[in-house]
Amino acid sequence: MAHDDTTSPDATGRNRRDLLKAGGSTLAVAALGTVAAPAVLRAQAPVVKIGGIGPLTGALAYNGNQAKAGVQFAIDDANAAGGIKSMGGAKIELVYGDAESRPDVGAAQVDKLAEAGVSCLVGSQSSAISLATTQAAARFNLAQVIDVGTAEQIVQRGLPNVFRFSPGTAKAVDEGVANLATLNDQAGKPVKTVAIVHEDGPFGSSMAKLLNEKLPALGMTVVETISHPTPQRDFTNIVLRLKAAKPDLVMPSHYINEFILFARTIRQQRFSPKAIYSIFGGGASNIKFVRENPDAAQYVIDTNHWYDPRKPLSQALAKKVADAKLDLTYDIMVAYGATQVAIEAIEKAKSSDRAKVIEALSTQTFSDTVMPYGPIKFVGGDNTGSHLVNLQVRGDKIEVIFPKDVATIAPVFPFPDRS
Amino acid sequence: MLGLVIPAILSGLTTGAVYALVALGLTLIYGVLHIINFAHGSLLMAALYAALFLNMRLGLDPYVALPIVTVLFFCLGYALQRWVVDTFSHGRDANILLVTLAISIIIDNGALALFTSNTRTIDVPYAFDMVEIGPAFVPLPKLVAFGAALLFAGLLWLLMRHTRLGTAIRAVAVEKRGAELMGIDVKHTYAMCFGIGTACVGAAACLLLPTFYVTPQVGYAFVLVAFTTVVLGGMGSLGGALVAGLLLGVIEALCGLFLGETLGQIGIFAAFILTLLLRPAGLFAPRAA
Repeated sequence: MAHDDTTSPDATGRNRRDLLKAGGSTLAVAALGTVAAPAVLRAQAPVVKIGGIGPLTGALAYNGNQAKAGVQFAIDDANAAGGIKSMGGAKIELVYGDAESRPDVGAAQVDKLAEAGVSCLVGSQSSAISLATTQAAARFNLAQVIDVGTAEQIVQRGLPNVFRFSPGTAKAVDEGVANLATLNDQAGKPVKTVAIVHEDGPFGSSMAKLLNEKLPALGMTVVETISHPTPQRDFTNIVLRLKAAKPDLVMPSHYINEFILFARTIRQQRFSPKAIYSIFGGGASNIKFVRENPDAAQYVIDTNHWYDPRKPLSQALAKKVADAKLDLTYDIMVAYGATQVAIEAIEKAKSSDRAKVIEALSTQTFSDTVMPYGPIKFVGGDNTGSHLVNLQVRGDKIEVIFPKDVATIAPVFPFPDRS
Repeated sequence: MLGLVIPAILSGLTTGAVYALVALGLTLIYGVLHIINFAHGSLLMAALYAALFLNMRLGLDPYVALPIVTVLFFCLGYALQRWVVDTFSHGRDANILLVTLAISIIIDNGALALFTSNTRTIDVPYAFDMVEIGPAFVPLPKLVAFGAALLFAGLLWLLMRHTRLGTAIRAVAVEKRGAELMGIDVKHTYAMCFGIGTACVGAAACLLLPTFYVTPQVGYAFVLVAFTTVVLGGMGSLGGALVAGLLLGVIEALCGLFLGETLGQIGIFAAFILTLLLRPAGLFAPRAA
């Protein structure tokens, strides 16, 4: 017959249940001790934890790791400059969660970061992941400063903990089209006809729809709108159709793999439009693409996130990135800027308390970051001071051509005939 | 639009040649040995990385690297079949399917861990060289791939028809037990066949690299079409794979031209369904297999 061990008295006359009670009490005291001990330590050398969240593995790993480096650079710089001064020089510690390129994993990582005691979150380089992580963070009253997340839904859900640092799609299209109009006007309006080539998913299709609505107001006629699936293995047909339609300007809207094939096919088929201009196109803002395809990439213009290269802080960041043998991509720049804002929010809140950090982010205006932004103020979760710039591939470099006050080089617009 | 038909057909033929190259390896493994090799796309990706790194580290042109990658992937394929697929599947078809799926998951995630998901390309001096054929410009690397597809299909046909190994492979495909009784080493023959199929992927990768990109997911862009090509051409038919690949390329190009690129792939799968309905054994079903 089975013997119930838990109630059998031992040699001293005490049964197992008493022992368990005693053990439990001891554990509880020990646990209290471990909670109390760091509290004492914290008073001696205060530490504020910032949670980083992003895809370090999976399909978006490259962007995620780049952004993580940006967050770490910003924290290192802040610590070197004396930490959080309003909290007695508290040092900042980064705790990072890998979202594995999946929204559900990102949300689960938020739980872990909240448990680790972070004051706010910075990340997560993707709209889909940011939608999930901000939702999860709201349960802990935890602010998330989103570095890159372009979907408008992110700021339309009324969550009080969402602070999007960089522009979303609507602002990007407005600015991209306005910048194009200015570039065209300055050059004597060489562009009168446009062809849009876009991937047929939500990103490309919504971009094509918005462009079709806005371009006629600039006096530009859309002569072709060509959609294609992802992946598209061959762009010959598309370029042949473009050659037949003879547009002055080509506006591609697809992901980097398709852009590489598209740009190469344009060169192969000796098609020479007056300009190639994209919004969030990725081609002219990806230094790897420029290095590996110098001929196909030449003169391509993109509207994208980028830092203000004239600021000394930006130049120092570029040096750090080069020293770390990393590519200087916008992931690093925006993550660095978003982390600067998160640190300043803790500084202004004078506390690592999550509610106070949210209040600071909601009500305060933030000072200069590496980005070419105006005064940074979050209204409805969106940074009203955020802006995009126009980048152009020149030689083996990516140069800022517009707006003028941050430009590093004069634009080549229209392109020289390369047919 | 009609003026674009001939350039579109030429472009379709060159794209189809790549489908055929990828499908040649698959038709040997899938058609002759009846192994559904889920790892075929992943092996293509691995071969593209091999050619890429030979170019980046040693400066080898992909065409110069072709024999190296082909031999390397023959050895890899042989080893995979002999010591992984055969060992873990215990001869059961369902197990073979799962083992090749496992290999594909390991290769894909290994590539993600090692090389990240960043897209890579190489810049070769002839990338933008064009050959003018009638009203169309055809990129030189695609023309080379087209010629190579014809050459490889011919070489494989010779191997299968006029060598002892080819006879052994066909014998094993028809009657494994009978072949074993005749003294054919079935395990070795299976592994040789898998090795040759994988070597084709290695060659295809070197011919594809000058005009395409490499990411850990790149195999998926071709493998589904390759399976369709094999079924359309007739399982195990090398000539069938070649003709079907070229045909699918042209169908895709013309559908893209007339129905829009988004609907271009409809033609591929319409042809696939029609073949299954009208000629389930494929257009060129081999007599032996």
